[in-house]
Amino acid sequence: MSFFLELVANGVAVGGVYALIALGFVLIYKATSIINFATGEFMMIGAYFFYTFMVLLGLPAVPAFILVMACSALLGLVVERAILRHMLGQPTISIIMVTIGLSSILLGLAELIWTSDFKSFPPLFPRAPVIIGEVVIRSNFFWGFIIAMAAVAAFALLFKYAKVGVAMRATADDQMAAFSMGINVRSMFTVAWAMGAIAAALGGLIIGNIGGIQPNLGHLGLTIFPVVILGGLDSIAGAVVGGFIVGIVENLAGGYLHDYVRGDVKELAPFVVLVLILLIKPYGLFGKQEIERL
Amino acid sequence: MSQAGQEKPPILAVNNIEVVYKHVMLVLKGLSLRVPEGAIVALLGSNGAGKSTTLKAISGFLPLEDGEITDGWIEFQGQNLKGLQPHQLVRRGLFQVMEGRHIFEDLTVEENLACGAYTRRNRAQVRADLEKCFDYFPPLKERYKSLAGYLSGGEQQMLAISRALLARPRLMMLDEPSLGLAPLLVEEIFEIIGRINRQEGVTILLVEQNARIALSVSSYGYIMENGRVVLDGPVERLLKDQDVQEFYLGLGAQGGRKSYREVKHYKRRKRWLS
Repeated sequence: MSFFLELVANGVAVGGVYALIALGFVLIYKATSIINFATGEFMMIGAYFFYTFMVLLGLPAVPAFILVMACSALLGLVVERAILRHMLGQPTISIIMVTIGLSSILLGLAELIWTSDFKSFPPLFPRAPVIIGEVVIRSNFFWGFIIAMAAVAAFALLFKYAKVGVAMRATADDQMAAFSMGINVRSMFTVAWAMGAIAAALGGLIIGNIGGIQPNLGHLGLTIFPVVILGGLDSIAGAVVGGFIVGIVENLAGGYLHDYVRGDVKELAPFVVLVLILLIKPYGLFGKQEIERL
Repeated sequence: MSQAGQEKPPILAVNNIEVVYKHVMLVLKGLSLRVPEGAIVALLGSNGAGKSTTLKAISGFLPLEDGEITDGWIEFQGQNLKGLQPHQLVRRGLFQVMEGRHIFEDLTVEENLACGAYTRRNRAQVRADLEKCFDYFPPLKERYKSLAGYLSGGEQQMLAISRALLARPRLMMLDEPSLGLAPLLVEEIFEIIGRINRQEGVTILLVEQNARIALSVSSYGYIMENGRVVLDGPVERLLKDQDVQEFYLGLGAQGGRKSYREVKHYKRRKRWLS
């Protein structure tokens, strides 16, 4: 029983981080209807930003953390202004191809700047594992989960109550009407890209802290895609629930099936669950019915 | 124009504009109209006459629909509006309530109203204006926390007009506020539109297919057909005009209501107008 609980607890912890990265997809999709396939690379670059500030420049963790957010926001902003803005009104498939191309460019840039060697952060949290009841959770997982959940909550509150959050939801709902209210719809797109980049970067930082960083860290973005599809592309609550489901399923499959099945069950299991859920609810658990599916 | 004698310059002047959609479709063919400060002006006409296009030309929405003003110009408070985007116009005091209401269905009534006040800075004033909205439209107060998508059609129209009120515009443009509403509700909404005009001093440009109700609150009317203004004048004169009575108010020469069976000469007679 304690083995089961442990798997679930670690699944929840990882799921929380998945939720944050999934938010990177959702924030951008909600406002602009673009699926950003470079989210994984935004995540990887965010982790490298942290490495740069903390290890190369020797800054303390908290200022480094804040700088990562600022730089990632800037990255999102530049990408939107320089590339995506010119794609307004182009076919969805072209825009998606652009984001896939963007992911390759970011990967190449990361290798150029930071080389493809394995890097890791100095320990950020106390080493001792966190013990809740009889469940033992690795400290990096536990604190990563706490940070991820705090970030998700901050985004959710911003969307619910802040003026810019309400304006972004209004834009997502009806662009024409948002325009007629005096909302600058195009700058809302920019804000969405900046926020999506921040969410992805924070996730990357946590993942990097758990397992170290390499330029191909961005491939995790694809693993997280089931989370987004599962929860519904346009739902913050969906991203959170989807994150937990994928995290838990992944851990349970890894823990129980690994001895019986050859190959990587841990990575396969979420996709099996994804297919099953989509068969029953084609728009994801929380997605809006009328959204476009690819 | 017959109002040439007025002292004050109009708040809105549309000067001989020509609008082309997708580079080929000529929709407005030299349209001019003036809206004097503080008035309610009605822009009437049948489906496809170009009423909504006129509003979009004024509010800056044309480029978003691949339309373009190819000739003429539009002045608002003496300033040429060329090249300004819709959100910039709102800050200048020009607010359009779009056809079909366009409320934010996934947002609550409260959040919808907050969007109306998006360009305002003074919170105390916004709160005072919110109270006014509740005075004009009491149902909104009861539904304040509910999702706007669950409101009835009438309540949605009230919400759309309230959003406009909260933006505190100098000129409010209403596109078909009667669309899809029960007749009694239409009368109520128009009565309130009249009150808003008198009490808040908001100038109103009203686009309507329902000529009877629109003329009941307006002081001046323009009648459009086929991309042009074919008739305009003070409402008293329009109401006496035989053709307006026949084609837009559905009255016979004797003043009684007419059935459509007798309007056989409609097409032929109407030609003189265009």
